[in-house]
Amino acid sequence: MITKITGGRIIDPANGRDEIGDLWIEDGVIVDSSQIQNPKSEIDEIDAQGLVVAPGLIDLHVHFREPGQSHKETIGTGSEAAARGGFTSVVCMPNTNPPADNPATIRWIHERAAQIAKVNVFCTGGITKGLKGEELAPIGSMKNAGIVAITDDGHCVQNNEVMRRALEYARMFDLPLLDHCQDYGLVGNGIMHEGEWSVRLGLPGWPRTGEEMIVARNILLSELCDAPIHCQHMSSGGSVRLLREARARGVKISAEVCPHHIALTDEALKGYDANFKMNPPLRTAADINLLIEGIADGTIDILASDHAPHAAYEKEVELDQAPFGILGLETEFAIFCDVLVHQRAAIDLPRLIALLTINPARLLRLDRGTLSTGAPADVTLLDPAREWTYDVTQTPSPSRNSPFHGATFRGRAVRTIVAGKTVWSL
Amino acid sequence: MTNAPAAWTRKDLIALDALNAAEITLLLDTAKAFKGVGERSLKKVPALRGKTLVNFFVEPSTRTRTSFELAAMRLSADVVNIAATASSLQKGETLKDTARNLEALLADIIVLRHSSAGAAQFLAERLGASVINAGDGSHEHPTQGLLDVFTMRERFGRIAGLKVAIVGDILFSRVARSNVHALVKLGADVTLVGPTTLVPRSLEALGVRVTHRIDDVLETTDVINLLRIQHERQRKEYFPSLGEYTALFGLTKARAARLQPTCLVMHPGPINRGVEIDSDIADGPHSVILEQVTNGLAVRMAVLYLCAGGGAA
Repeated sequence: MITKITGGRIIDPANGRDEIGDLWIEDGVIVDSSQIQNPKSEIDEIDAQGLVVAPGLIDLHVHFREPGQSHKETIGTGSEAAARGGFTSVVCMPNTNPPADNPATIRWIHERAAQIAKVNVFCTGGITKGLKGEELAPIGSMKNAGIVAITDDGHCVQNNEVMRRALEYARMFDLPLLDHCQDYGLVGNGIMHEGEWSVRLGLPGWPRTGEEMIVARNILLSELCDAPIHCQHMSSGGSVRLLREARARGVKISAEVCPHHIALTDEALKGYDANFKMNPPLRTAADINLLIEGIADGTIDILASDHAPHAAYEKEVELDQAPFGILGLETEFAIFCDVLVHQRAAIDLPRLIALLTINPARLLRLDRGTLSTGAPADVTLLDPAREWTYDVTQTPSPSRNSPFHGATFRGRAVRTIVAGKTVWSL
Repeated sequence: MTNAPAAWTRKDLIALDALNAAEITLLLDTAKAFKGVGERSLKKVPALRGKTLVNFFVEPSTRTRTSFELAAMRLSADVVNIAATASSLQKGETLKDTARNLEALLADIIVLRHSSAGAAQFLAERLGASVINAGDGSHEHPTQGLLDVFTMRERFGRIAGLKVAIVGDILFSRVARSNVHALVKLGADVTLVGPTTLVPRSLEALGVRVTHRIDDVLETTDVINLLRIQHERQRKEYFPSLGEYTALFGLTKARAARLQPTCLVMHPGPINRGVEIDSDIADGPHSVILEQVTNGLAVRMAVLYLCAGGGAA
């Protein structure tokens, strides 16, 4: 089985490649045209003229809600949304029900994914049992079951001693630690950015310091243990400043940014619409500028969605009682491309692709994110100039909690190929 | 802000922040007309005859609920009261479903008191019935703001240029927010007073001054509005004790002696005698606390009439 993707602009940041050309796939693997094994096979041609041929996009932060909350999302529907967004690999967070804090649950997720997932589904395991921040989860056994990182996402280990020992222990397995940065004391029952709008709306504030405090803590512990920590969904400009200083000193700290945190501000909460409520919260235009600066100068080197489905009836309640989180996979590439490449010209397209492919692959040691010869043929065709409007009523997800319904973007994935097979095309 | 001739076009009253000066003035003028009705021996008018008002109180209140109930009765509406403990919210029904059930019973007006900011707006966007906000979390309490401003305007004949001090737990106070919005829109000069933890500088974004010394305002203010101060579990890190609060911010006799003779002392109630206000001062010549309660009735009649009674007087 041979596939030839012809005439596209091939961008493969891992190899510094950016040229018009043809990409060859044989039996689910990227091949060199001169080394085809069975040259007599039928050739399936895909015309990519005018399109970008990129490594399949990777999102290292999604919630597919299985086991336990399949009314919000399943591994099937979530992976369909991923495919529509151009993502060939996703990394699931462990805050399921029961939590993915043990090897049996990890194996169950892998089996379920093998049956129904459209894209590659990787698992993270909990740092602590029950994601409670108290006792270490069986990290070594989960590593044997195939996890790619540990995290208590949705929760944050508050006890610094527990965090330190988790880091030291995980180093033995080369497992990076992903941290949701939230100081529980400072944040309290905060539900939106603490600032003028929280004062006006009478809503409890979630101050920037609640995030920055833990970013600073993580920098110190990463240095102490000489172990990597990846800070999830940065929302505060102050976090970028801390990260920049630490990375310049060689600390093994990295961070990701989500689309909503560079596309929307806290003012969006003025209608008390829970589709604008997520954790950490939307902040200010000044934070957006600092986050984008951090993306431009390399302080932030990974982008992710924090795709977090919730059923409509769960979201359509009083704002303080609604769960945090929004859908993200289908609009993710579009928002990053529109804001970072078109509107702000903060980074170019090859850099954007690196942040969504090889960089997360390197952090998690995935054999993905590149178009190198011999790599799995996960490929995304992108049309960075294409204008389109998002209609959340058409999402495969059973949830509808997107703040971007009706929004128009420039940039879209048009075909998603996993191991040589097209799993979605426009 | 606009001073265009007022026309009332809203079915709901959610927040004074959303109104312009002309709309607020129309509400106050309408309340003035209704105040006369309360002074007659026959206190009833037929404006809302045949309409049904549901007092839907998801948070306890006696004063506000009774005031709305009397206001509705004086307008000849039928009134049903639903308290949180009796409501099905405790059985897991959502606010939306409960309200849609009330509407299915053909309620015309829903007066909502709720502990969540935004709850009244949430209902107003989803129901055809008029929704009147009787206090939503720390957001707004528009009829309280209106009755406070009504009381000031009745005494001074104007709002523009008045110096108004609001003292207390501003950060968590819906009464303070509604007062501030109405007063600022009508041109008053507002100062918020209280400890740095409860009166943060960020409040200046609302167009007011902030001070942490009550002495700064005593001799110059035309109105001093004291909010009920509470020292519940969630406030322990905001100030150490009621005693220290009284020492720093309470309207004691000594402080009251420095007020201008014409200064009004206001309080939305219920008052903590001896905490935010000295007991004698609460009953003394500066105090208009009971007048506020009486005016609340007229203001709520005006709100119900304009939102549900088919247009301006």
